[in-house]
Amino acid sequence: MSIELSADVLVVGGGPAAAWAAVKAAEDGARVVLADKGYCGSSGATAAAGTGVWYVPPHPEERAAAKASRETLGGHLADHRWMDRVLEQTWQNMDEVAEVSRYPFPVDASGRQSRRGLQGPEYMRRMRVRVQRSGVRILDHSPVLELLTDADGAVAGAVGYRRQEDRAFRVRAGAVVLATGGCAFLSRALGCNVNTGDGYLMAAEAGAAMSGMEFSNAYAIAPEFTSVTKTAYYTFATFYHADGSVLEGAGSQKGRSVIARTLLAEGKVLCRLDRAGEAERRAMRLGQPNFFLPFDRLGIDPFTQLFPVTLLAEGTVRGTGGIRLTGDDCATDVPGLYAAGDAATRELICGGFTGGGSHNAAWAMSSGTWAGRGASAFARSLGDTAGRRAASPVGGAGLRPAGGAGRDTHREVVAAVQAEVIPYDKNYLRTGAVLTRALGTLNGIWREVRDGLAASGESAVRARQAAAMTATGRWMYTAALARTETRGMHKRADFPAQDDPGQRRRLVTGGLDELWSVPETAVAQAVPA
Amino acid sequence: MIEIVSAERCITCDKCIAVCPTNVFDRAPDGLPEIARQEDCQTCFMCEAYCPVDALFVSPTTHPEPVDEAGLGDLLGSYRERLGWGRGRTPGARLAVGPELRRPAPPRDKKGTTS
Repeated sequence: MSIELSADVLVVGGGPAAAWAAVKAAEDGARVVLADKGYCGSSGATAAAGTGVWYVPPHPEERAAAKASRETLGGHLADHRWMDRVLEQTWQNMDEVAEVSRYPFPVDASGRQSRRGLQGPEYMRRMRVRVQRSGVRILDHSPVLELLTDADGAVAGAVGYRRQEDRAFRVRAGAVVLATGGCAFLSRALGCNVNTGDGYLMAAEAGAAMSGMEFSNAYAIAPEFTSVTKTAYYTFATFYHADGSVLEGAGSQKGRSVIARTLLAEGKVLCRLDRAGEAERRAMRLGQPNFFLPFDRLGIDPFTQLFPVTLLAEGTVRGTGGIRLTGDDCATDVPGLYAAGDAATRELICGGFTGGGSHNAAWAMSSGTWAGRGASAFARSLGDTAGRRAASPVGGAGLRPAGGAGRDTHREVVAAVQAEVIPYDKNYLRTGAVLTRALGTLNGIWREVRDGLAASGESAVRARQAAAMTATGRWMYTAALARTETRGMHKRADFPAQDDPGQRRRLVTGGLDELWSVPETAVAQAVPA
Repeated sequence: MIEIVSAERCITCDKCIAVCPTNVFDRAPDGLPEIARQEDCQTCFMCEAYCPVDALFVSPTTHPEPVDEAGLGDLLGSYRERLGWGRGRTPGARLAVGPELRRPAPPRDKKGTTS
């Protein structure tokens, strides 16, 4: 039998953005349910890793320098007002991490805390405690499958599946926050296999658009056959051909495409962290213990021995695309629907480029805060009518087949989508011809998914993941084809130059069966809430 | 991927079943957690971090690779130790001052030598 719940705010997801959204909605007086596919506290890209935080003191010069540092890398698509807001909100939230959650930040000789980074397991364990103490009802292992909307198209809740109890659940809610993360296409990049683009698909089915989906080709360095991505530490690396000669031009930052090309051409790239001095080696161990798990367990000394590396697809998790925002409160194109963290576009503060952590961590806590408060305010504005609204499910692909012959196994779909979005010579090193062919294939997969893929229970979770990955790949390549230039992480071999001022604007992309991509100037501008 | 649930150490607290983000474990009839869906393991090491008695071992490879529990020695529980989780330990977060990520000078020798 299905579980029926009602709430003012339903938060979907269990990472930092979801946790902050739930806490802030609850502090605003809302009754909150948080439903996560995994376990709030261990789920997502943050919990398993360690992250720097874009934490900058409120001095005008320091803030200005922080904003300027990545503007060029991001292709000048970020927005100064949003950067200011995020810097200020992050400053406040990190205070709360220290004071409310009593996070054990490192302390320097003068007794002052250093708050420039967070260890994922510690941070998220404490955030879960805070969510619980805020009175939020947490549903772990409860993937949301589709949204409910009312007669006017406003979001009115969601339906999901309790995978450890094998039963459905339904939450009637005044507003919904999607904090479901990005999409890394089940590449096994650290902590990212729960990030399959589910929120994008649900948002699009309710009528929301995406933004920045061309910025979706992040690849992280990891030891071959492992999951541990920490590209930043590879600034201490030298890269080598299989024969031990130095791979010229390869690097963790600008030279990552050289690594991709060599992996394609030679099948092997070796690495050694031989640029790290003694003090740096010790600091790396303390800074991020999980970085050493593969090395210690495989018996490799990464500072003195060569080891093979790979590039793991991180899609939009460390890309910047996501659900388009239409207000300062992280509202979307759909009334009652809010987006936060990697599920939302991060172009507003990053433009077309982001590394791991830092900006993403700051964005998760800031946008989570705003989305939680925004959703709470929206729910309050409905008054008594919230619970009386009609609420119909709007999920399609993977749940309600349109009929006809289609794919009937999610495994096949996942493998077929991965073959189009993971290879370096399709997604990383982009050309119009290859993108066009890949998009054609993905469109074909989508038709088969929409027509034939149907499942219930646990299989429905898998089917929806497969459908969401298919949709995400199609938005990515539709946007990548529309941007006929190179900007941020989006690199077109057939258009190697940045087209300024011609294409210095964000692209809004959407649709389910028929896809579209238009410059943001052609849609209603984001308005302050 | 998760390879070991030590029957000898496990206290059947169900913590790993609760915290695994991809729901890899089931509770077996004998009460011990069993690795029911290893192919869903994303090698995130979170189960190991949360196990209060260091009964779990996650192999670092993202494909199955059977491991002999007897040969693990100090590796069992080593991630939890590094995180500083467990009674009497200093939280790793307290000590987590990473290196400055400036771009260091290139190495002196051009030829890499395997050791």
